[in-house]
This record gives sequence, structure tokens and C-alpha cells, in this order.
Amino acid sequence: MSAPILSVTDLRKAYGRGDAAFEALKGVSLDIAEGESIAIVGKSGSGKSTLMHLLALLDKPTSGRIDLSGADTSKLRGSALNRTRNATFGFVFQQFFLNANASVLENVILPLKIAGISRRERKRRGMDALAQLELDDKARNKAANLSGGQKQRAVIARALVNNPRVIFADEPTGNLDTATGAVVEDILFGLNRELGITLIVVTHDEDLAAKCSRQVVLRDGVIISDERRAA
Amino acid sequence: MRTSDVLSSAASNAFRSKTRTALTVVAIFIGAFTLTITNGLGTGINLYISDTLASIGAKDVMTVTNAPAKVVDANAPVAYDPTQVRTSAAGPPGTTTTFAALTGTRLDELRQVPGVQRVEPNKNPSVNFVQGSSATPYRVAIGNLISGMRLTLTAGAQPNNDTAAYEVAIPTSFVTSLGFASDAAAIGQQVTFGLNDANRVAHTITATVVGVADAGLIGTVPSATPNSALRDALYSTQNTGLATTANPTYTSATVWFDAATMSDAQVKDLQARLKVAGFASSTVADQIGTFKTIIDAIVLVLNAFAIIALIAAGFGIINTLFMSVQERTREIGLMKAMGMSSNRIFQLFSLEAVIIGLLGSGIGVGIGMAVGTVLSNVLGKTLFSTLVGLKLIAFDAASIAGVVLLVVAIAFLAGTLPAIRAARKDPIESLRYE
Repeated sequence: MSAPILSVTDLRKAYGRGDAAFEALKGVSLDIAEGESIAIVGKSGSGKSTLMHLLALLDKPTSGRIDLSGADTSKLRGSALNRTRNATFGFVFQQFFLNANASVLENVILPLKIAGISRRERKRRGMDALAQLELDDKARNKAANLSGGQKQRAVIARALVNNPRVIFADEPTGNLDTATGAVVEDILFGLNRELGITLIVVTHDEDLAAKCSRQVVLRDGVIISDERRAA
Repeated sequence: MRTSDVLSSAASNAFRSKTRTALTVVAIFIGAFTLTITNGLGTGINLYISDTLASIGAKDVMTVTNAPAKVVDANAPVAYDPTQVRTSAAGPPGTTTTFAALTGTRLDELRQVPGVQRVEPNKNPSVNFVQGSSATPYRVAIGNLISGMRLTLTAGAQPNNDTAAYEVAIPTSFVTSLGFASDAAAIGQQVTFGLNDANRVAHTITATVVGVADAGLIGTVPSATPNSALRDALYSTQNTGLATTANPTYTSATVWFDAATMSDAQVKDLQARLKVAGFASSTVADQIGTFKTIIDAIVLVLNAFAIIALIAAGFGIINTLFMSVQERTREIGLMKAMGMSSNRIFQLFSLEAVIIGLLGSGIGVGIGMAVGTVLSNVLGKTLFSTLVGLKLIAFDAASIAGVVLLVVAIAFLAGTLPAIRAARKDPIESLRYE
């Protein structure tokens, strides 16, 4: 069996110092295999967002280690860290974070622009990603003029455009109605099934969590259950 | 991110909030415009002084006198000494300087000083009148023309020092009075100079008008400028019957030196050697230098005001970009989460400042040059019409480039503060920001 794509060991994260210190994670250990779809569930304040930020290498843990494909990430610094984040991860956020005044295509190709890919290649891959999400006819529209569901599809296209190995989805359906939410869920699980992209969903929505192959429940900074759904 | 992408992103970000950017550009524009005009003023006036330099004297000559013997109170009686010349030209106001006249031996000593190529005593004849084709004779001063010196001509040619014929250039203000139809019509006509010799016997000398000259900035008293042949004739006629004819003395002499190969420092050395030998000397540059120093000082003060305006505009840039950073907090967080380096974020915002600076300075310098040129032409035809050849506001490429560079540098400096704040933003905090 190959090394898990993400592996965390006794992860702790504290904010503040002294008496005001608050420990958001109190020793979390978790292995995430390549191609899994995993839901990190918990109430607000349970530490699920903190765990996601640490897994996405956006933050440094107070103690414990995070391995990416078997390699210790604490040694990654500066441009190596930036390259790893750019090439490995895609992000889907509840609030979309689209640049309202730029075109849909401009928004989608942002990770490629950051990676320093040529203009022509960016456009080709951006249009491919949009076509995959049936948004290619909206490529020239301003992001502000899209509906909620279209916006989230554009966000997924942006997460997908750089062929990431892991997509982090932070409450991906939180701002959508049930029907549109279901469509977005189908797309995300489709990517997981068909392209083998590891999907890490952070949510407090139990229905969404139930659709993942594995549910990790956090409470007060510790894992209280870790269940795999029979495939 | 590629540098070209950083540049294009910065450009499109600069125009995202059009009104805000436009107002900041206006502030920069005012500073750049003012700086362009004040700089142009300095360039224009200094250019005019340099141009008129040729009409005051040539670059390879200096005027030499004996070193002043003593400086005395101008109002006090001074004991008579037949070898001393009295002048009030040099020395502090209210005093007068006396120095020995240059004799033949002194001129020979002057020729021995290393670096001196040629020495010519200055002959300053004075005439009673000049008369043209009209009946009335007019008073006139005789100007100096030494080789290499050029008059600003409106018609004709420079008086030729190498001919035996008597030639003269007359001031343009004399043309009509002397009975000539126009500047051009005066060329080739005869004028007669009247003068007395030492025994008060009246003589006349006739010369041909070869040129009509403008009055320059310096030496504004209109004077007729003779060639060497005419000057010698006037001088010897005036001194006819003088006891000292056999051993003439002169107030001053002109010294030629090799201006082409000598550096400014070497000219200063020559002047030092002349001082040791007991001579006082002044080059054209010495006389021009005083003017330029004053003009430069005035322009410096004006520029300082323009730069104060630019610094105020710089705070406008800081304010604009801080707002921009604030508004785009989540975008910055997203880009950082996607692996954009802090360095690139810094460049993105500081380039935005540079673009605003370039835009403001480009428009400011452009309109400044247009307004300056029009203003200078209008003033040249009205207020300063007597100063022919004066372009009050002129522009040279180096100083214009300097203005643009300065504005861009100020814009960049102003942009660094917000850009550093953007670069330091924590991606998680930024993504949470509402």
C-alpha cells in the first residue's frame, strides 16, 4: 500500500499565549488515502476549520507533524511551499471568493496565472475546465452576473484547472438552495470518482457528510469518531 | 506569476476603481505639471543666457587688468598718479578701485605667462556721433568685437576682423533714425563717424554697414560694433597728437587661451598664475556664472514648492492603495492560499502605485510642456518682446525624463507602505475577513 496523501500525527494548534491561550486542536492523528472522499464534521468551534487550514498548509501547527505523500511538510518554506500549494490543492469556498468585476474565465485561470503558465495555455485549460462544468458559454461574462449555482461551478472549475490531487471544500453548498446544492455535490463526487481527486469536505451538514466515503467527527479539538461507509 | 502578468494585473487593478484612481492621478498631475513648468523656466532662462554668452564675449578669452592697488572710498579725494587708472567697476559698493594702467612692458610680461596664447590691448575709442543717409547725426557708443565673439544679427553678417576695409554692425534700433528703410536695406550702406583728436580737431571716418544686431540681455546699451580695422582707425585718430603716442597705456587687455583643450580647472590655474604675476582676470564664464547661480537658486526654490505638491500627492497614493488593499483583503488571501508569494503581492501593489504615478506624470508633463510652450510664445511676443531670442520656458529631454522619474520614484515610495501591508496579510485571516 502506498503512503497516504495526507497524514497527520498528534497535531496540536493553540492560539494566543498564557492565560488567554486557546487550544483549537488537542492531538489529532489522521491518515487520508489518495482518492478518498472524507468529510470533516463538527459544530463551529470544534476545530474543523483549523484542521483544514493545517492540512492545506496555510498555517503551521503548534506541535505534531503533517506528511504530504510521505514527506514531512514542516521543512517546506517560501517558494517550495507556494509551489506545493499551487500544484497540489484546489479550494472551494462557501463564499465563492470570485472577483466580481473580472470575467469568469479570468477567475478560473487565476491558479494558472500564479503558477506562471503561458497566456495561451491558460486560456486552453481554463476553457477545458469550464466546458467540464458546462460553463464555457459564460466564459466572457462578469462573475458578478452569474447565479449562485453558476458561481459555485465557476469556483469548482477554478479548483480543478490546475489538476490538483486534493480539493478542499469548505461548506461548498452552504450558500445554495437544496436543488443547486445537490447539483454541486454531484459534480464534486463525480470528480472524486472519475478523476480520483481526493476530496476533503468541511461541513456541519450531516446529509452532505453522509455522501462521503468517510466521516471524521471533531468535538472540542479531538476526533470523537472516524467511520468508513461501506462502498 | 510571470512579471508580465503582474504588470497587466496591476494595470487592470489600478482602473478597477476609476473615480478614486482618477482623483489620485489629478493630485499627481498638479505636482508634475508645476515641476515641468518651473524646470522649463530654469532651462529656458539658462539657455537664453548661454545663447547671449556669445554676444558678450568669446569663450577662449579673458579680460585682464593690473591687479587693484587699493580700494578706496568713492567719495574721498584720491591723490593723482599719472600711471593709475581709476575705475568704479570692481570692488564693494561705495568704493572705487585704482590700478596701474597696462604699459608695453606689462603687456610683454603678460605674454610670458604660460598658457597665454595671444595678448591684445583693449582699445576703447569713443565717437561723437554716427550719421547715415538722414541729416541728423546721433550719439552712439562703440562696442567691443573680439575674434570669436558673435552678435545676434537680424540682417547681414558679422564684422570681419581680417579685412582692411572699415566695417560696422549697427543696432537695429538705429536703422530707421539713420535713414534706412529696413534692416536688410541698411546692409552695404555707408555711415560716417565723427570724433575729435587729442588737439580737439574734428575728424570723420566712413564705414560700411555689414550687419544689423539685436540688443542682448547683457550690454543692453545699443552700440555700434566696428571691425578691427575700423577700431584701430578710430583709436589712432582719437589719440593723434597725444603725448603718450610713442608709449601708449591701456586700461585692460584681452588674453586668448586654448579653450578647446583646457579644462575648467586648467583655466582656473591660468587665472591663478596671472594673479601671481600681478594681473586680475575675468573670463566670460565668470561673468555668466553669477547670472546662472541666481537663476538656479530661484528655480530651486520654485522646484521645492512643486515637490511639496508631489509629496502631498504621494499621501494621496498611500490613502488610495490602503483602501484598495482593504477592499481586496479576501482576494489577497485567496491568491496566497493558491501559492502566490508575498513578494509578488508586494510587486502587484507597488506596481499599481507606479502606474498611477506614470499616468499622472505623463499627463502632467505633456500638458505642462504644451502650456509652457504656448505661454512662452505669447510672453515672447508681448511682455518680453524686447529680449529677442528669449524662450522663457524651454524643455530638454534630460530634465523632462528627470521629472517623470522623480514622480514615479515618489509614487513607488508611497506605494511601498500599503504594498508591505498587503504582502504581510495572513491568508487565513484574509479569507475570514468580511
